Amino acid sequence: MVNTEKERASLLFMQALVSRGSVDAVSHHMASHPQYLESFLRSQHYILHMDGPLPLPCRHYIAIMAAARHHCSYLVSLHSAHFLRVGGDPVWLQGLEAAPPRLRHLDHINKVLAHQPWLTACSHMQTLLKTGEQCWSLAELVQAVVLLAHCHSLCSFVFGSRADGLCDLAPFPKSPNSTPPAYCPCDTANGNANVPDITRRRSLDSSCEMLFLKERIQKSQEEREKREERLLHAHNTLQQTELEDEEETAVYSAEPSRFVSDPDFCYQEFARQEEDHFQVFRVQDYSWEDHGFSLVNRLYSDIGHLLDDRFRSVASLPSSHSPDLKRAIWNYIHCVLGIRYDDYDYGEVNQLLKGDMKLYIKAVACFPDDTKAPVCPLPWAPLKPSERIHVNLLIMEARLQAELLYALRAITQYMIA
Amino acid sequence: MEKMSRVTTALGSSGGGGGSGGAISGRTMFCHLDAPANAISVCRDASQVVVAGRNIFKIYGLEEEQFVEKLNLRVGRKPSLNFSCADVMWHQMEENLLATAATNGAVVTWNLGKPSRNKQDQLFTEHKRTVNKVCFHPSEVYMLLSGSQDGYMKCFDLRKKESVSTFSGQSESVRDVQFSIKEYFTFAASFENGNVQLWDIRRPDRYERMFTAHNGPVFCCDWHPDDRGWLATGGRDKMVKVWDMTTNRAKEIHCVQTIASVARVKWRPERKWHLATCSMMVDHNIYVWDVRRPFIPFATFEEHKDVTTGVVWRHQHDPYFLLSGSKDSTLYQHMFKDASRPVDKANPEGLCFGLFGDLAFAAKESLITGDVNRKPYPGGDRRYPIFFFKKPDLTEQFAHVSSALSVFEPSLESGRMDWFAKTARLYLLSGKPFAELCDHNAKVAKELNRPQVSTTWTMVRIMFSDPVNPNHNLSNKLGTLPLMNSFNMKEMGAGMCPDGRLDRSKSEGRTDAVHLEPGNSHISNNEENEETEGSDGQAEYMFGDAELDDDDLYSVEHDNPGEDHEYTLPQEAFPLRHEILDNPSAPEHLQQDGGDSPHVSGNEAEATCLTPIESCSLISASQPLFTPHLPASFFCPVVREMLRHYAEQGDVQMAVSVLIVLGERIRKEIDDLTQEHWYMSYIDLLQRFELWNVSNEGLFVWCQGCSHGGHLEHMMNWLKSSPHCPAGCGHLCEYT
Repeated sequence: MVNTEKERASLLFMQALVSRGSVDAVSHHMASHPQYLESFLRSQHYILHMDGPLPLPCRHYIAIMAAARHHCSYLVSLHSAHFLRVGGDPVWLQGLEAAPPRLRHLDHINKVLAHQPWLTACSHMQTLLKTGEQCWSLAELVQAVVLLAHCHSLCSFVFGSRADGLCDLAPFPKSPNSTPPAYCPCDTANGNANVPDITRRRSLDSSCEMLFLKERIQKSQEEREKREERLLHAHNTLQQTELEDEEETAVYSAEPSRFVSDPDFCYQEFARQEEDHFQVFRVQDYSWEDHGFSLVNRLYSDIGHLLDDRFRSVASLPSSHSPDLKRAIWNYIHCVLGIRYDDYDYGEVNQLLKGDMKLYIKAVACFPDDTKAPVCPLPWAPLKPSERIHVNLLIMEARLQAELLYALRAITQYMIA
Repeated sequence: MEKMSRVTTALGSSGGGGGSGGAISGRTMFCHLDAPANAISVCRDASQVVVAGRNIFKIYGLEEEQFVEKLNLRVGRKPSLNFSCADVMWHQMEENLLATAATNGAVVTWNLGKPSRNKQDQLFTEHKRTVNKVCFHPSEVYMLLSGSQDGYMKCFDLRKKESVSTFSGQSESVRDVQFSIKEYFTFAASFENGNVQLWDIRRPDRYERMFTAHNGPVFCCDWHPDDRGWLATGGRDKMVKVWDMTTNRAKEIHCVQTIASVARVKWRPERKWHLATCSMMVDHNIYVWDVRRPFIPFATFEEHKDVTTGVVWRHQHDPYFLLSGSKDSTLYQHMFKDASRPVDKANPEGLCFGLFGDLAFAAKESLITGDVNRKPYPGGDRRYPIFFFKKPDLTEQFAHVSSALSVFEPSLESGRMDWFAKTARLYLLSGKPFAELCDHNAKVAKELNRPQVSTTWTMVRIMFSDPVNPNHNLSNKLGTLPLMNSFNMKEMGAGMCPDGRLDRSKSEGRTDAVHLEPGNSHISNNEENEETEGSDGQAEYMFGDAELDDDDLYSVEHDNPGEDHEYTLPQEAFPLRHEILDNPSAPEHLQQDGGDSPHVSGNEAEATCLTPIESCSLISASQPLFTPHLPASFFCPVVREMLRHYAEQGDVQMAVSVLIVLGERIRKEIDDLTQEHWYMSYIDLLQRFELWNVSNEGLFVWCQGCSHGGHLEHMMNWLKSSPHCPAGCGHLCEYT
């Protein structure tokens, strides 16, 4: 069983390698859940590389903007490299001011979705869609919103895995077919150290960390290239282009804060404001299955099925957690983001999730920003790494769905108005 | 006969069902609700409707002119979530009994007979998740069924405090449950994963049957009110499907593709083939479909401003009143006579030109064949929907026409490149004085009905020759465009005769009209059509329209002499014909039939043995012997543009011919590369038409075996020294 799963994962990596020339560290983390990994990679590939209204450089730039909101330097540098590779204008990487106004207009919705998604309003969509020189089309906007939500939630996953020191605890399945991770974020950041080193890493100032990162990346890159040469010999049917300009990937890394405006805007307790202005978002009135799917699939074809696949597969992952616990985690994340289920007794959350567990979930879902808040590692020490990753996956998907629901509901309202 | 008797009883029972039910009257009307509605249900005698939603639970009376609020069931200062309804159903036998499905998972029953303000009767809190649907048994007073997001269906006996049986959907969310009307013990359940299950109410351990109906959630299902065991399902995949459940395996017999996910589906009373749908997202309209004609709605109600969440026919035997609730917080009564009919706006005929000059024409079959000998069917035709006893109401006709698609292609003469070959043979490019060459070529072009080309030659002559003898009659060249009849039907002798009139002979037209589904003979004539009426499955393959069943409609049309002018409609196509001929690009397309690519740039081998300089120098051009008022070079830019124009339009023949005839006069104006390109293209075209030696007689030779060629003298020299083809193709060329 384990073997076949590993094989499945390595097969997926091979596919990714063939199609993109790289397997990123994030995918390696998910390797312990191959059935999920498959749908994740498929949707990510579709969003970033396949048919869609947005030009490829724009997509990566939007991904950069989204990741920068959470100061996720790993994703920012990854997408910066991709951005250049698909022919993006290097000037844009100087910062948000250097980007075209159309992309700058997206900054507001990016900010809101990342930190306080319940503020997303019809008027935001209206502003972007208002006809004018820099206006967005509905289809473009939907793709942008999907990208933003995907990257925000991926930041949570990266942050969660890093905070947990999972890279060190969970060695990657090294099968002869798959290349080991090229630049695992935690690997690179804390130099193969163990969990206690997180604090040390935190004390490093960011520029220092950056240098260190570059150094590490280059080093691992060299190893990687050697490996890839071997691989190339072994599979000389593979085309050269798959392995193109890896240097670029390695050398380029951008400072996330360049792509951020209004850096003080961050998550606030939803519960505190609930009574005053904001109506609670009721899933029974706007759900992914009934409403979100149809809208997103209509405006950005096929993405609905891919996302649906992700939500379904994360829900059906085999795990030692009871379904109740999974539901508690899912609903708790939605709850802190302002989404309520009529048919859920929120008392269950407190019963099933202990205090530090709740803290961890909330930190990963709402503050995945490792330059600021201190992180408490996932408290379940005895848990297997794959179980911890499972929790992180749940957080990522719940957050993705929450952001999508808010954004799509706003678009629906816009369309009705 | 059997069907009719059944209907008689149905109608009889409705007539006997009470005065109010028998004669409903009213108009299209609406009222504002306080909050968005999630579902509506109507009481048995069609006099009241209940509206339920998250923040609304009210009963409205349906009066002649308006809705009147009768009762607010939502009581208490801060109503609990038990009042937040996802669904509501009014019992069809017990008029005081209602059930609601609450979003918090409760199933609640309400007794309107209670004296207190709070009418809540029973409360079942057995479901763990939102209850999506409640359904009363059609004939059993105390039996209620619920389907929930938690993957369970529960059956309640309202005399007991708990459910009597639970049916497990294997943790797949249940979206709809519906008791069968035909089978007392059977109910259908639809699921979020696309499955539909049939259960026997007595056997909670296992479903009787399961099949995958849709890709993605099945939001709704509805049994046909007539007792034939038909089940309609609607899904997120934007489809409505009709299943025949009487066979061993559920068989899909109809499929309607809508434009948005289908939230509700309800069969129309008294109309065997009709059903109403509304959508979950984006599309706010209500559609009534005739399932046999799945490409266009029979009727549309467009009043709502947000998605429609509930549709219900006001009375179970009245097809003319439809009630709907919406998220826009309105409740509507729609009158069928006020519905918009999309088919009225649809274009009944289609005409389109194809890439290669083909012409496709689709029209009602009766028009195409001009059924003069088509006779109206005698009354009591068995193909009428069983409900139509008397003369059918015209507004209920949904013209079930078959369309015939005819494809016409340009006639063979014009399809061939005859003009090209003839031109190539007849043009004179050298050997005579310039002016004569031009005149000759103009004449050739004119004879081949190419007036523009002809005029061009004349113009060239005038521009570049002595202005002293301008005795050429230009007006000749500008004669009227000849009208040519060059369209024939693919199989000769069909539809359109050479004189452009429709062939009204039925038999011929029939055999030759090309149907979209050529093998589908049952639309090719009326008698057959009649025979196949019962085979429903074929309807969906039709071109827009399903089988005929209302021939009275046609007979009305045919009796009307005013319709006759329509037969001449296709004539309009003919003037267009000339444009094809005249359009220099058309030959290029046509030429593709024979060759690979219209734009031929000479391959390397040919280029090496034929450069433009050489070829031009070998053509002996007459000398310009004139002193014009305007220097000839004055016209050069115009001529250059003209040549470019011809070349770009695909008539490279013209460009090259003029180039050769003008020779030195124009050659310097056009860069060598362009000239070379034109030459190569033209030579390639000539090769394709096997005009090996025509236009360049004596100047070039081609090997018949490998199609490589060159100047005569060069070739002779080459072949003296080597037997192989100079292009290096390996062919052993022989020069004789």
